[in-house]
Amino acid sequence: MSADSAAVEVSAPTKSHSISTSALVIGIGIGLLIFAFFVSMIWVVASHNFNFDAIRPYFDNMAKGWGMTLLISFLALGISLGLGIFLTAAQLSPVAPTRWLTRIYIELIRGTPLITQIVIGYYLLANEMGIESKFWVGIVILSAFTAAYLSEIFRAGIESIGKTQWESGRAIGLTTSQIYRLVIIPQAIRRVLPASAGLFADLVKNSSLLYIIAVHEFFMQTREAIANSYASIEGLIPLAIGYLAITLPISLFSRKMEARFKYES
Amino acid sequence: MKVSAQHVDKLYGESIALRGVDFATADDTQVLVLIGPSGGGKSTLLRLLGGLESPTRGDIFHESTLLVQQTDPLRSFRRKNGFLFQAFNLFPHLTALQNIMLPIIHVHGQEAAAAKEVALSGLERFQLADHAEKRPAELSGGQQQRVALARSMAHDPDLLILDEPTSALDPEMKAEVLDVIEELVEAGQKIIFSTHEMGFAKAAADEVLFLAEGSVIAQGNPTEIFDNPPDERVGAFFSRVMKW
Repeated sequence: MSADSAAVEVSAPTKSHSISTSALVIGIGIGLLIFAFFVSMIWVVASHNFNFDAIRPYFDNMAKGWGMTLLISFLALGISLGLGIFLTAAQLSPVAPTRWLTRIYIELIRGTPLITQIVIGYYLLANEMGIESKFWVGIVILSAFTAAYLSEIFRAGIESIGKTQWESGRAIGLTTSQIYRLVIIPQAIRRVLPASAGLFADLVKNSSLLYIIAVHEFFMQTREAIANSYASIEGLIPLAIGYLAITLPISLFSRKMEARFKYES
Repeated sequence: MKVSAQHVDKLYGESIALRGVDFATADDTQVLVLIGPSGGGKSTLLRLLGGLESPTRGDIFHESTLLVQQTDPLRSFRRKNGFLFQAFNLFPHLTALQNIMLPIIHVHGQEAAAAKEVALSGLERFQLADHAEKRPAELSGGQQQRVALARSMAHDPDLLILDEPTSALDPEMKAEVLDVIEELVEAGQKIIFSTHEMGFAKAAADEVLFLAEGSVIAQGNPTEIFDNPPDERVGAFFSRVMKW
């Protein structure tokens, strides 16, 4: 078995397609299991007696909510990316107190539930500061939350690039910022793409928690539609499809970028 | 070239890499070779001579000028010289051509078109013209080391420093890299290198430093060092490495 898997590993980089029998058998087995799971789920769902009549009048509102979720996600994604880069730079700063403060921020954000951050952020902080817009408060909180995780992904990506690359950059006379820009970051990008895409999909889904401060996004609109129409499954299925419609393109885009940055190392 | 070190110590935390290194080459030395057992301090001394690290104590001189141990003077020193590592250290995300072009553009300020011309002629010189568009992972070890050599030669360095350039290569690739280095030696390039290839060291060197246990044990021209080992540790080292 170990010899077989070694053979697969060796053959992978050279792209000669000599796959061992055991790997093939295991691969087919796993594929069949997943396929059977899908089929049975579809069968269960299809045998349910759906009735969308009750909820149909609320589709307009749900569509508006979906648009709101799309907008919030889009804006929070941009802001969290900028803030995440800023926090990464702060974490890698040569100034120790800057690193400590950043660390405290990240631990606070990662150690507490998003829902408490939303409640405290809106009812305490924003309220005290006299900020009224739930929309913007929601976006800022989501961004602040996502950026903390993002900067950890970025930091790990940058630190995963070996010391020899720094040496090599220094040996040819590059400055520290040039080494980051020309050597380290281009290699780190590929490594952080999958985790970042997953985090952005989380961001989209996390935006549903903003219902707690009554932001009229997709989840809140769907909740209201279900409450008013007494439909349940019929409301949740469009909800799931609606979120997938945003998260799938993120995932596909990330795959595309990965292929673009692909190189053997 | 004239290179010298005065009372140089280098410590990494508690461990002593170099202790009281003192030497000066003759004024007209073209090729200085460092030999000696692994862990004896060859790499560390090369890194200090190349301005990649600073000594804990003591001074390094190039052409009788003190190498000032501050960020900017060290960087400008590194810019006019070339440094080659044992493990090639190419940038894996860039092609061979881009690896060579990068310092020409970003360190030496040339336009991309001019840099490409220089890089291509460098690839040509080291018989790599067919591999310009390949990434390091697609090249053999010997080819990678020759690309690295082309990169460190592209700006016509005053001094080329090579840290065991063939240690990570099999015999055939060793030969192809040593051929290129020999060619540089014949072209008059000033070189300091460390190696375990005793035959090559003897043939190429004007001056030899033997390092062991962090100190210079012996210094002299190759005939003195190889044919008449001045210290029993040098003799013992030769009989070990020449045995097989």
